[in-house]
Amino acid sequence: MKKNIDRREFLKKTGEGAAIAGAVAMAGACAPKKTVETVVSAAANDGKDPLETGKMELRTNPGNGDKVSLLGYGCMRFTMKKDENGKNIVDQENVNNLIDYALAHGVNYFDTAPVYLQGQSERAVGIALARHPRNTYFIATKMSNFQSNDRKVAMQLYNDAFKNLQTDYIDYYLLHSLGRGGAEAFKARFEDNGVIDFLLGEREKGKIRQLGLSFHGDKQSFDEMMALHDKYHWDFVQIQMNYFDWKHADGVRNVNAEYLYQELDKRGIPIVIMEPLQGGRLAKPAENVVNRLKERDPQASLASWAFRFVGSYPRVMCVLSGMVYMEHLQDNLRTFMDFKPLSEDEKYFLDTDISDIMANYPTVDCNDCKYCMPCPYGIDIPGIFMHYNNSVNQGNFPRSKEQEDYQKLRRAYLVSYDRAIPTLRQASHCVGCKQCIPKCPQSIQIPRQLRRIDDYVEKLKQNTLSSE
Amino acid sequence: MLKKIRVILATLCFVAITLLFLDFSGTLHHWLGWLAKIQFLPAVLALNLVVIIALLLLTILFGRVYCSVICPLGVFQDGVANLSKKGKKGKYSYSKEIKWLRYGVWVVFVIALSAGLNALVALLAPYSAWGRIVQNLLSPVWQWGNNVLAAIAEKHESYAFYTKDVWLKSLPTFIVALVTLVAVVVLAWKNGRTYCNTICPVGTTLSFFSRFAAFRPVIDASKCKSCHLCEKKCKAACIDIDGGKKIDYSRCVDCFNCIDNCKFGALKYRFAWGSKADQPAVPETASADKGRRAFLVGSAIALGGAAIPARAQTETEDEPVKIEGEGGFADIIPKKAPKRTVAITPFGSESVEQFYKHCTACQLCVSVCPNDVLRPSKDIMHLMQPEMSFERGYCRPECVKCSEVCPAGAILKITPEEKTQWKVGTATIQPWLCLVDNGEVEECGNCARHCPAGAIQLVKKVREDGKTVRVPSVEEEKCIGCGACENLCPARPISAIIVNGYQIHHKA
Repeated sequence: MKKNIDRREFLKKTGEGAAIAGAVAMAGACAPKKTVETVVSAAANDGKDPLETGKMELRTNPGNGDKVSLLGYGCMRFTMKKDENGKNIVDQENVNNLIDYALAHGVNYFDTAPVYLQGQSERAVGIALARHPRNTYFIATKMSNFQSNDRKVAMQLYNDAFKNLQTDYIDYYLLHSLGRGGAEAFKARFEDNGVIDFLLGEREKGKIRQLGLSFHGDKQSFDEMMALHDKYHWDFVQIQMNYFDWKHADGVRNVNAEYLYQELDKRGIPIVIMEPLQGGRLAKPAENVVNRLKERDPQASLASWAFRFVGSYPRVMCVLSGMVYMEHLQDNLRTFMDFKPLSEDEKYFLDTDISDIMANYPTVDCNDCKYCMPCPYGIDIPGIFMHYNNSVNQGNFPRSKEQEDYQKLRRAYLVSYDRAIPTLRQASHCVGCKQCIPKCPQSIQIPRQLRRIDDYVEKLKQNTLSSE
Repeated sequence: MLKKIRVILATLCFVAITLLFLDFSGTLHHWLGWLAKIQFLPAVLALNLVVIIALLLLTILFGRVYCSVICPLGVFQDGVANLSKKGKKGKYSYSKEIKWLRYGVWVVFVIALSAGLNALVALLAPYSAWGRIVQNLLSPVWQWGNNVLAAIAEKHESYAFYTKDVWLKSLPTFIVALVTLVAVVVLAWKNGRTYCNTICPVGTTLSFFSRFAAFRPVIDASKCKSCHLCEKKCKAACIDIDGGKKIDYSRCVDCFNCIDNCKFGALKYRFAWGSKADQPAVPETASADKGRRAFLVGSAIALGGAAIPARAQTETEDEPVKIEGEGGFADIIPKKAPKRTVAITPFGSESVEQFYKHCTACQLCVSVCPNDVLRPSKDIMHLMQPEMSFERGYCRPECVKCSEVCPAGAILKITPEEKTQWKVGTATIQPWLCLVDNGEVEECGNCARHCPAGAIQLVKKVREDGKTVRVPSVEEEKCIGCGACENLCPARPISAIIVNGYQIHHKA
């Protein structure tokens, strides 16, 4: 099991999946609710739906003057169906419909990668886009050579991109998921094998219009990537940014987005944003956070706050969102058409007032991407985290024996835990083999978190839960 | 009037005691638990002198009202008889006491009881039989009903009901319960209280006292017109009008059907202390249905007997755990019970011997065990008496439910604090099965992490592949035998750490 590393797994290992997972979970988590809310807000504004009359917010890339739509299409997950052999294949018709609709409403930035959708994303996006004039959209894809530092692998990935995407140039080409391992890892992946020199040459030739990177990692490795800017000149950089991570990143797996943004801004590098909803958490926050947000603006959807936050920073060129269903796309379009930036006061409300509250919730940063599954010992890892997070966020979370309603909350937690997760798949059965850790794009210390939840459940069962 | 009082009290007792076996949450026990404790055999086994003396006094004073009101199996038979044609129309008739069977069974019972052959005792005793019937046959239905409610509750985000696993805890016990039920129903349907007056050892015991009862139904021969109505209504078949207007008080269960039905006021329930107990005259000619009855009784016994060899053949492994999952889940191999050198008996039972000596196999503890640890033993010597095993759960530190419900003193009442001090067994490691030891994983320690007694240490070991790993070792002095390690061990189907019982439990 450990030896057969397929593409999907190596994606998980490197952690790049964060972007995919994040965007997808966001879409899945918030969409239905948001639809209702945004319809209301559209009607309340001036009776006009931005989808009918609005204009997509465009940002100019200072490097080459590209007018890029602020909403970018993350192509990490589309609906799949079974082919005759029972294998999962992309539902191409759905992809075509979504991309046609997005283009018609001003979305012109499409972000894919050779590893997305079990390797089917580039091709599916290529088929959909080739039905439109090449100068009406920008293609972004990536050098996902995590599997091997062999130059051959890199060349294969690069050349396949052109075939799959049916194009002879790529607008935005990213070195996929840099950061872990810092300059040393970069050297092995791109310098020693000459791949970076090759790519720089392709940029010269115009086959790559803009060369950049996507980043996951700590402060030191980010500084090292910035130091490389002087040598290679990054045309753009893709980072994880959202109002929570602006000031509250943990500093180990990720850096405060405020720092990342300021460093890139200082250098005048255009920024593409991934994880604007922090893996969906910002579209489905804790109950009292919801109350605070709704008090501030009863008609704004929860996700729209998060999108507007990142969109309000001028150096941000494009905000990626993975949109699987038409409703997701329409909901997001309503935020990004006739885009309204936040005031300084509103930004502070999100990145400080709201985020401080959220930081106090002991939730696990899982976004249910299921990359860790199947656990060889049968544990339902995402199920356990989702159940825990939901009960924390919904406020029915017993904190201490002395608490009012403790018995009621205790029963609710234990009964719902058994309902959500069969006993044999609960956290108590985790052996701590750690096979899941490298698969988690969020770098969650899964066994440790499972143990924390198991200890908590044990305290509930033994009635020994007390406020520390 | 007397009959009405009897019917009301009997119904209340019957419903309450049946609910006691059905209520898997164990909450009813708080209010109704005493009903199990006043049952005759549990009281005898618990050496509960107060209850025994009270029951004997009750019988000496009022006759076998115990059989008509307190005993759930007796009341159940009345219910069955009432539904039958014979019961409805009153077509019973006097029959002779089948002495050889009645006293034969009683002697066997007493011998078994003193010899500690509790499996046999439990097979014959009425309260145990009813407990078994409810636990094995009725409670699955009850729990399925509960699970339907739980599903509805789940839809409405209510936590009032939770799903309970329904599983066959022991096939032999299930078969015994089924055969008992069929035999009792057939006997009751055909001839009312046949079981109580020819087989039931408790009934026979009480009969030794009831024949001298102070209050009893008495026939006033001067008023009696020999209409036979009382005899026809007597489901105990103990009124002999033709043989001298006599009543066999050893068999009369004081149902008062005769009294309420006598049109001439010839029958009275009155004080008759000292008057010589009416001995039933032995009719020269055997009653018409004697042969049939003997056949029925005989076949019932044969059925009961046949069930025993059947058990050995039908013994099977526990049902595999059914797990609903989507594509994203690894299959989980169900656990199998390991061979244990000594059976594990519950905390509070103090020793295996004392447990099996007192246990009536009524299944009350099995009914309330929330962790699916207790189940009837398949060991022929302790058949139907519970034992512990950890395939589905373990004996959780905060739970002492079985000790609270046991009416027979087999499991003495303990508190969760006391529970941590008792050792019912000890864990043993089978290193060849341990995933760390055999190289499947680099670290685990799930047993050590979950040991409530802190008895498992992870110690360094150089594995065959040269790697230094940490494997569990048991500190026997601290281990209490709760089975957390065995249940949570990832090795399947047999755990790498298993618990063996202690013959004599002792303090940790």
